Amino acid sequence: MIKVVLPAHLRTLARVDGAVDLDLEGPATQRSVLNALEHRYPMLLGTIRDPVTQQRRAFVRFFACSRDLSHEVPDAPLPEAVATGAEPLLVVGAIAGG
Amino acid sequence: MSGVRLLVGTRKGAFVLTSDAKRERWDISGPHFGGWEIYHLKGSPADPNRLYASQTSGWFGQIIQRSNDGGTTWEPVGNQFVYDGVPGTHQWYDGTPHPWEFKRVWHLEPSLTDPDTVYAGIEDAALFRSTDGGQTWHELSGLRGHGSGPSWQPGAGGMCLHTIIQDPSNPNRMFVAISAAGAFRTDDAGVTWKPINQGLRSEHIPDPNAEVGHCVHRIAMNCARPETLYMQKHWDVMRSDDAGDSWREVSGNLPSDFGFPIDVHPHEPDTVFVVPIKSDSEHYPPDGKLRVYRSRSGGNEWEALTNGLPQKDCYVNVLRDAMSVDSLDSCGVYFGTTGGQVYASANAGDSWSAIVRDLPAVLSVEAQTLA
Repeated sequence: MIKVVLPAHLRTLARVDGAVDLDLEGPATQRSVLNALEHRYPMLLGTIRDPVTQQRRAFVRFFACSRDLSHEVPDAPLPEAVATGAEPLLVVGAIAGG
Repeated sequence: MSGVRLLVGTRKGAFVLTSDAKRERWDISGPHFGGWEIYHLKGSPADPNRLYASQTSGWFGQIIQRSNDGGTTWEPVGNQFVYDGVPGTHQWYDGTPHPWEFKRVWHLEPSLTDPDTVYAGIEDAALFRSTDGGQTWHELSGLRGHGSGPSWQPGAGGMCLHTIIQDPSNPNRMFVAISAAGAFRTDDAGVTWKPINQGLRSEHIPDPNAEVGHCVHRIAMNCARPETLYMQKHWDVMRSDDAGDSWREVSGNLPSDFGFPIDVHPHEPDTVFVVPIKSDSEHYPPDGKLRVYRSRSGGNEWEALTNGLPQKDCYVNVLRDAMSVDSLDSCGVYFGTTGGQVYASANAGDSWSAIVRDLPAVLSVEAQTLA
């Protein structure tokens, strides 16, 4: 079970409270987590990554275990603590005013 | 009982304002989609409870929301706007080629006859259509691909397709406007398009009389006289009486012919409303006085409408999609400001009052006349 914490605007859009629990088939990677997330919450399509190029949106970042995973390749394994559900994968909106 | 519903898009959410036909007391609901930029909301003429909203964010991209109950509840629908084929390039601000990239939906225009058909004007400028209630979107690529696309350039707000007008007398005819490319018309339901900018003159482009490159801010039409169009250009208020084939200036005695919105009285095709703004580098009203100007002669002769509007120390702007009219017998006129006020007149502009004063900056106002 993977835990994903979404930023407030995306929790509202997906109509969820708190962390999202996802069951994955296969290895835990950014791509597999986002695939599962978008499959379960199709309203999130395009909000975290471009639906065509699959590139992370510029103002979205991925943190876990006190590390910035934003620039890891999408198929890189996530940290073991994330894969086991001990730590969440944090989807974070970049800090910017407005 | 008849009434009016105002759909207000702001920098930080959407608001729905409703009143009976007297238009004296208003109920305000919202913010819907709080914290998101709501560029535009509009209801279907064929089913007034079917609404569409463009919800956008620099962080999380584009969402399209749909309501089937007049804005009480909403559901996200399709948000994939993929250009047809290889999109190519347009001009960047410095004239260099720049790839076409989807950024946001500026304007949603539901079909006059089918609640499930809706057009979307997007940035970078293109026209999309959905025929399944917003679930899927397909580009009408004859517009962007008609030949002049590589020479289009962004205005200060981006290269946006912001105006979509359907001709109620001819289902094959539609008008769009793009900043900064100009106005275009199709006579075959969107398959092919032609620029309709003859008579426009713009000093900010190398050839002021060029076929394209004009920063058109808004076009308006009275449904009873669809051959006549009014335009607020970056500078100049213009009029066409031949469906855009030619234009002539009707700025007349306006204190400034710069501005963004323009609208037409629903029952009087020669009665036009604009909001003069001092200049393109000072986006506020001349002399700190917020004045709507009305012409009852189709342009050239304009009168200032000031009753109820601030006449000193007012430095707000009124954006291009932020004015609308209802179609009650005594015409209602509405506009929103970047200061968060929404003003209403129930007597065609003779007097005004603020429905609400402290919303986030208003991006769009659409009036729905309810039976």
